[in-house]
Amino acid sequence: MTASVDAAHLAQLNVATLRFPLSDPRMAPFVEMLDTVNAAADDAPGFVWRLVEEGAADATALRPAGEDVIVNLTVWETQDALWGFTYRSEHLDVLRQRRSWFERHVEAHLVLWWVPAGHLPTTGEALERLADLRTNGPSARAFTFASSYSAEEAALVPSAATRTRPVPHTRPAPAGHG
Amino acid sequence: MNDIDAIGALQDPVRRRLYEYVAAQGREVGRNEAAEATGVARTLAAHHLDRLAEAGLLDTGSRRLTGRSGPGAGRPAKVYTRARAERVVSLPARDYRTAAELLAEAAEQAGLDAGLCAAARRRGEALRGSAAPCGDLGEAMEILAARGYEPRLEEGAGAVAGAVRMRNCPFHAVAERFPPLVCGMNLALLEGLLGADGPVRARMDARPGECCVVLEASGEASKNNGD
Repeated sequence: MTASVDAAHLAQLNVATLRFPLSDPRMAPFVEMLDTVNAAADDAPGFVWRLVEEGAADATALRPAGEDVIVNLTVWETQDALWGFTYRSEHLDVLRQRRSWFERHVEAHLVLWWVPAGHLPTTGEALERLADLRTNGPSARAFTFASSYSAEEAALVPSAATRTRPVPHTRPAPAGHG
Repeated sequence: MNDIDAIGALQDPVRRRLYEYVAAQGREVGRNEAAEATGVARTLAAHHLDRLAEAGLLDTGSRRLTGRSGPGAGRPAKVYTRARAERVVSLPARDYRTAAELLAEAAEQAGLDAGLCAAARRRGEALRGSAAPCGDLGEAMEILAARGYEPRLEEGAGAVAGAVRMRNCPFHAVAERFPPLVCGMNLALLEGLLGADGPVRARMDARPGECCVVLEASGEASKNNGD
């Protein structure tokens, strides 16, 4: 573990526009998977935190981005940890069926940004990052899997060397899942 | 080393046996083990394993295979694993990879998951032809091995029934770039190939470093899934 891993964590916001209300029978398969997938997240290597409504098991009833938009706000130790959960856990089976449950987004629906370790982002803060990504494109302030930036570039940890280009990731970044 | 030279290194039959053995284990293999498994002398095995490493087909490392450490544990042994790099030779030159990536990118942007899965299921069914749905996990392993999935049987324990998992994703490069789209396509292809209503059921169960699909006997699937 390096200092940079401990100093900064990766925050993730994902918004999904529901095709039908969660109470609709057509959404039942999604609703039935929620607890399993959330438990997988909680147990995943590198998981730090996820937004949960007070007194509830998840955040699906919070609608800060619109009545029919559910939000998923999480914090991870590293981008690889988030990638592993997103695409190499029970979560992939949800994504596989995304078109049955969610509208296809024309704009960015997922945003990543670095936070100081220990900081838990608010939904307001998260939606600002998403707006930043949508308005300005990827930057060290707000980026995606396909256009990632390091915590050093976000100036959240001291730079080990003067770095002017993004740290290349060994894995080709998935191009979103909306 | 370029791809054609690397693949050429497999022309030697002993080397090829060693490569196939190491690749099939999915873990680090020492020289002694490789020699015993392929029935050649240790020094010959060591020579060919190192040629395979030079060709870029195997990666090397060193481990204390006995698990001991400190004085008396001996020198670390050289171990081999299959290299992750893909080697392709096509004559005449073809570039289906770029075509696949572009088509996947367009399908992702247009949200064509359902159409892609329907096409994959039809292709799987066409590959199966008039054959009955796959009868058991053993037969499934033969079908998957023929298509490059490198299946392995995961033994059941207690109430958990056995399952077939796959070490290799034949669509790796595009699956890493567009996981939900391409992994969904792969599941539909396998459902068509094995038969959706037969004794063997495919379902998505993604894990690090393996194909995203697991195969189970249909009667047991709900048992494993229902916990």
